[in-house]
Amino acid sequence: MSEKWSISRRSLLKWSGALAGAAAVGGLGAGGVGPFAPTEANADSEPKVIPTGCSNNCGGRCVIRAHVKEGVITRIESDPDPDSAEQMALRGCLRGRSYRSIVYHPDRLKYPMKRVGKRGEGKFERISWDEATTMIANELKRINEKHGALSIYPHYASGISGPAAGTGFIKRLLGLYAGDYLNYYGTYSSGQTRYATPYTYGTSNSGNHRADWVNSKLIILDGFNPAETVFGTNTMYYLRKAKEAGAKIIVIDPRYTDTALALADEWIPIRPGTDSALIDAMAYTMIKENLHDQAFLDKYCLGFDEEHMPAGTPAGNSYKTYVMGQADGQPKTPEWAQKITGIPANRIKALAREYAMVKPGALIQGFGPQRHANGEQSVRSATLLACMTGNVGRSGGHASGAGYPPSTVTFGGIPVKAGTGKVQISCFIWTDAIVRGAEMTAEKDLIVGAAKLPSNIKLIFNLAGNTLVNQHSDINKTAQILADESLCEFIVTSDIFMSPSAKFSDLVLPGTTTYERDNILTPWGHGEYAIYSNKVIEPMYECREEYDWLSDVAEKLGLKKEFTEGKSLEDWMKFCCEGAAKAHPEFPGFEAFKKAGVFRRKVAAPEIAFAKQIADPEKNKFATPSGKIELFSKALFDRKNPQFVPAVPKYVPAFDGPSDPLVEKYPLQMTGWHYKRRSHSTHDNNPVMTEAGRQEMWINPIDADARGIADGDQVKIFNDRGATLIPAKVTTRIMPGVIAVPQGAWYAPGKDGVDTHGAINILTTQRGSYMSNSNPQHTNLVEVVKA
Amino acid sequence: MGQQLGFYLNQQFCMGCKTCAVACKDKNDMEIGVNLRRLTEVSGGGFAKVGDTYVPEVFAYWIGVSCNHCDHPKCVENCPTGAMHKNPEDGVVSVDQTKCIGCRYCTWSCPYGAPQYSEQRGKTQKCDMCADYRAQGKDPACVTSCPMRAIEWGPIDELKKKHPDAVVAVHGLPDPLMTSPNTIYTSHKSAVSGGRK
Repeated sequence: MSEKWSISRRSLLKWSGALAGAAAVGGLGAGGVGPFAPTEANADSEPKVIPTGCSNNCGGRCVIRAHVKEGVITRIESDPDPDSAEQMALRGCLRGRSYRSIVYHPDRLKYPMKRVGKRGEGKFERISWDEATTMIANELKRINEKHGALSIYPHYASGISGPAAGTGFIKRLLGLYAGDYLNYYGTYSSGQTRYATPYTYGTSNSGNHRADWVNSKLIILDGFNPAETVFGTNTMYYLRKAKEAGAKIIVIDPRYTDTALALADEWIPIRPGTDSALIDAMAYTMIKENLHDQAFLDKYCLGFDEEHMPAGTPAGNSYKTYVMGQADGQPKTPEWAQKITGIPANRIKALAREYAMVKPGALIQGFGPQRHANGEQSVRSATLLACMTGNVGRSGGHASGAGYPPSTVTFGGIPVKAGTGKVQISCFIWTDAIVRGAEMTAEKDLIVGAAKLPSNIKLIFNLAGNTLVNQHSDINKTAQILADESLCEFIVTSDIFMSPSAKFSDLVLPGTTTYERDNILTPWGHGEYAIYSNKVIEPMYECREEYDWLSDVAEKLGLKKEFTEGKSLEDWMKFCCEGAAKAHPEFPGFEAFKKAGVFRRKVAAPEIAFAKQIADPEKNKFATPSGKIELFSKALFDRKNPQFVPAVPKYVPAFDGPSDPLVEKYPLQMTGWHYKRRSHSTHDNNPVMTEAGRQEMWINPIDADARGIADGDQVKIFNDRGATLIPAKVTTRIMPGVIAVPQGAWYAPGKDGVDTHGAINILTTQRGSYMSNSNPQHTNLVEVVKA
Repeated sequence: MGQQLGFYLNQQFCMGCKTCAVACKDKNDMEIGVNLRRLTEVSGGGFAKVGDTYVPEVFAYWIGVSCNHCDHPKCVENCPTGAMHKNPEDGVVSVDQTKCIGCRYCTWSCPYGAPQYSEQRGKTQKCDMCADYRAQGKDPACVTSCPMRAIEWGPIDELKKKHPDAVVAVHGLPDPLMTSPNTIYTSHKSAVSGGRK
């Protein structure tokens, strides 16, 4: 390792003009020290400490204080401020702390390259920025003329978040040049819950502020693992506070997660994708034992029982009718659910009684349970149970569902041409839109903004994203589609590494890291603050931020003035701050924000989602068609697909789930998880993170013994879609019958096409979830053998 | 001697995220393989088959260790050059880089793996409780990094007073009688020495 590093370091210094001075002064000695090299720019000089932040797309947004000497980052610190009664420090996690070994990684992309071999083969040749931007302008022109604006797809990409990301600017440029582009809705992370939660509540902002959790007596974390996902900077710390205030915490998860071991009084393992069966049986128990809050249901909800249905609905369609078995002859008893979930019936009954009687209680669902073929049902079921226990709109309770907070910090965005981006596909079905976009319709494929698509996708801008190959499902199928150059005709990727996605591009551009550009970071979920992420160092090598080279493209299209309005990237950040000044009277202004690095919104008391609607339902309606909480949705009823898209929440068995006949061939359920050592696929090649957590598959000793697998053995996981090699961690921390593979490892096929690096998406399906065509990457059946 | 310094870890809330380890690594510029703060997972138990279901009887927790700045440090005892020494003022054990010859006796004698040999430097590295930070009035890097606020430092007597339930031995660590370590833990419920479920 050390030898490898010393070579890399020397090459690195040679490549980088910006670092030449540092090397001369450094006196690093043979090999230097490192993965963090170069570090000792000048041991005697005082570093400048620059407030910045971490802009990768995990669940948090954290303060970073970068130490810089002579243009070189020498140390990463996080929020130096102490915690106070009013605010918690915004401490970064191991990922942010290890960022120097990303910035100074020897494999950074250093100059623009164009493909010279077949697409996906990985053969590239260095070109100039002028050639690269000319090529983009020409291809844009050609494809726009030939196939139209809606054949151009700015791809889902989250490697850089915030207004400085290329994803916003490309939409601006396409609006100006082509007049439109093909947009997407939903996310790979939260597609099902963002789609399903509004059917119940009219919004996805169904969560109380975290500071309210201390008021809960019982917290049930269903598939929620903020110890690793982070899911809001300080979320684990808020849960610690809640536990110290007396809350009992129960974790429902196939794995005994790091969240569970640090917080849980009890762990209830559940088969992936069966949360609705558990909840149905809990609801059944509550009704049988008369523990549910009938008054709440009567007053606020539509569809719980036959007495509260929308006018004109045929009899027999209420939730109660379903759950008691009057509709299909199968009462959803705990014994019924035991067979599906793997949870003993007695435990289900006890959990139902506990949640119904210990009030207030918060049933907090993570995004794991919804990332399934039937994930929308898990979401709708949990919202139903929150209503049945009257925990909606009250302190210490939780409405469940997506659980985004009622309000958060607001900034402006990069303006795009009015009326553009209205035609959208589910972000998950873009490969299908490459093959048969022109056949896609609103009715069949859930196209939004148009009855049908006019064209297949012909041009992709993949700016700081690895969803082109690695993070999309069924890598083998994706690779096959992308390899056909007659389908998608041009693919541009901007990234900091030759990721598996970059390899499948026609043009690869060297992007900048979070430390090489200004940006504004706002949490996508919880957090009453924003971070000004200052540029810390100049872009290395020939690297450029997307806005910079898109301005060149705009110039070649004759649109530079319109595109840039004469603004630098920092000017655009300033522009975005005008939005914050409007939304928050206490916003100190751009300069002060930039200098301090953090802006904290003033919040008098923790906000409770739907408090107003519950306090005065006549004056404050829910944003649903009926104005009530819709346990029964007429809109879903009208989709006339009751088996897979029911109007009330139901357990809908998943394809590739535990009751799929495919279990005869592939008897193990496989779920993914967000590993502490990565933010999605970012950091997979970071040596410090590889040391912190090896890519590994979790398997229970019962399943391992049955297959002759010992802890540490290299194994092969496979199904009809593909196979991957990965070391096994034989552990009781996962339930029998289920294996888990952390998502985000970079696809690295061997000669036989078998992935060698534990890339989960070689095994996942491109079939979208039942209700919203979203990403079901936790729903899989596989078999495992010793490799 | 002045007041002996030590660490306190609230193991109950340690989620094994390794932020402390990476913050330490970055601050001290350590190469891959050299970790002045380390986390180890302890897990076990099993599943009881009840009808057609499995009921878990599972435990898991993390043990975080950097250096315990022991009362009787084996590393100091076994250092042939006097490079490894215990500061008479605060009891912090550190290694004088000008005297270390890289013989590694210290790495073999410490039961906690605290001294770590750096191939690149040819010398032993170890936690000095961020002496430079302390001199500036700052807390050690690991302490301010912890997202769970589970690490504290200070005079060990004060830490013991502040955390009367804390113990020196959790299940999985060496017998504290060997070196008299100055790290105390609020035990994870499954890590109570001898009392693990």
